[in-house]
Amino acid sequence: MALEVEKKSSINRREFFSYLSIGFIALSASVGGVLSLIFRYLYPNVVFEPAMDFNAGRPEAYDTGVDERWKKIYGVWIFKSDGKFVAMSNICTHLGCVPTWLSAERKFKCPCHGSGFYPNGINFEGPAPRPLERYKVFLDATGNAIVDKTRVFRYEKGEWSNPDSYISV
Amino acid sequence: MADNESFVEKVSKTQVWKSIFRHGPPNNARNRAAVVAGNVFLHLHPIKLKKSGVQLGYTWCMGGLTFFIFLALTVTGILLMFYYRPTAEYAYNDIIALREHVPLGIMRELHRWGAHAMVITVWIHMFRVFMTGSYKPPREFNWGVGVILLVLTMLLSFTGYLLPWDQLAIWAITVGSNMAKATPFLGNGGPGAAFAKIGDFALVSDKNDVRFQLLGGRFVGEAALLRFYILHCVFIPVVVAVLIAVHFWRVRKDGGISAPL
Repeated sequence: MALEVEKKSSINRREFFSYLSIGFIALSASVGGVLSLIFRYLYPNVVFEPAMDFNAGRPEAYDTGVDERWKKIYGVWIFKSDGKFVAMSNICTHLGCVPTWLSAERKFKCPCHGSGFYPNGINFEGPAPRPLERYKVFLDATGNAIVDKTRVFRYEKGEWSNPDSYISV
Repeated sequence: MADNESFVEKVSKTQVWKSIFRHGPPNNARNRAAVVAGNVFLHLHPIKLKKSGVQLGYTWCMGGLTFFIFLALTVTGILLMFYYRPTAEYAYNDIIALREHVPLGIMRELHRWGAHAMVITVWIHMFRVFMTGSYKPPREFNWGVGVILLVLTMLLSFTGYLLPWDQLAIWAITVGSNMAKATPFLGNGGPGAAFAKIGDFALVSDKNDVRFQLLGGRFVGEAALLRFYILHCVFIPVVVAVLIAVHFWRVRKDGGISAPL
């Protein structure tokens, strides 16, 4: 007579492995879920930074040339010339420092690596590869200029002729 | 108990001593092995070394020096944390105070010099490992661990650079973190980002790319300072400590310190 092997466990090998697979998938899913939650956690929902758009007041109230009043808060230079009112980014196009407006020399000069820009934002010296970027400007219903920094206009892409990039004054 | 027993002999027979050191004096091979094997700090180290392993001309002790400097930086770093507050309001003044008002005003300099020294020694260590061919099988995995440790050392340097919160720090990190902007698909100025658009709406912009995640904002501000502080003081050091343990363990398991196999 062959030996009768008594069944000791209530589950067999096949069932054990199917439970194991379910457990493994559940564990992987929960670890993956927690990791993606942590990834999402590191993106703040609210940042305490200046708004991306602001009311710059009436364009006709500005003098011709470069105006620095919004530089410190919003990082924007207003440049008014040849009947156009534009808002310029104050971020150097080389590596992202903030140039200084040298009114005596009529140019922007970046302290980090010496890039220079004309008052209209065109680069002429130093390592900066392209002109300063311009932001969207438009007049609201009351005639105030609104600067919208979420929309950028680049000279090298021919975007400075886009009517959203300036206000005619 | 004989009267002519020395003080050391008496102490080494007390219950307190025996409870700490469960082996006899290290005057034979067995006890010397027990000293290393029975100590949590020493047991990562091999019990026996080849003679070539302690030849300074061969290893330059650069890995050991790097580890020593890492420990020194941990100690000085923890001491600095007692006085430094990572906020835009206090950070710069606290760094000045560490030099001007706090006793042992050299503490911050020790940390800074140590940081420079660790970067130098870790490179020389890598150079030595390369020149002695110690990256070859079976040590190629440990070379990989070492490369990760090198990168983490650089990241420790980079994150620590922001903490003084002076103009040099802010603009250096601005320039450095702009590199994250050029990450393919994940940075708003990188290749691929221009195509990730729905109509006029950019999927990868300056408010959801990797640079934003790294800095916790659009520019190097207070959120970035806090993030770099946490990365510098907690996150990266913990990862480095774990990898150092793996690195040392594998040195031992892969045939000892740099001897020809």
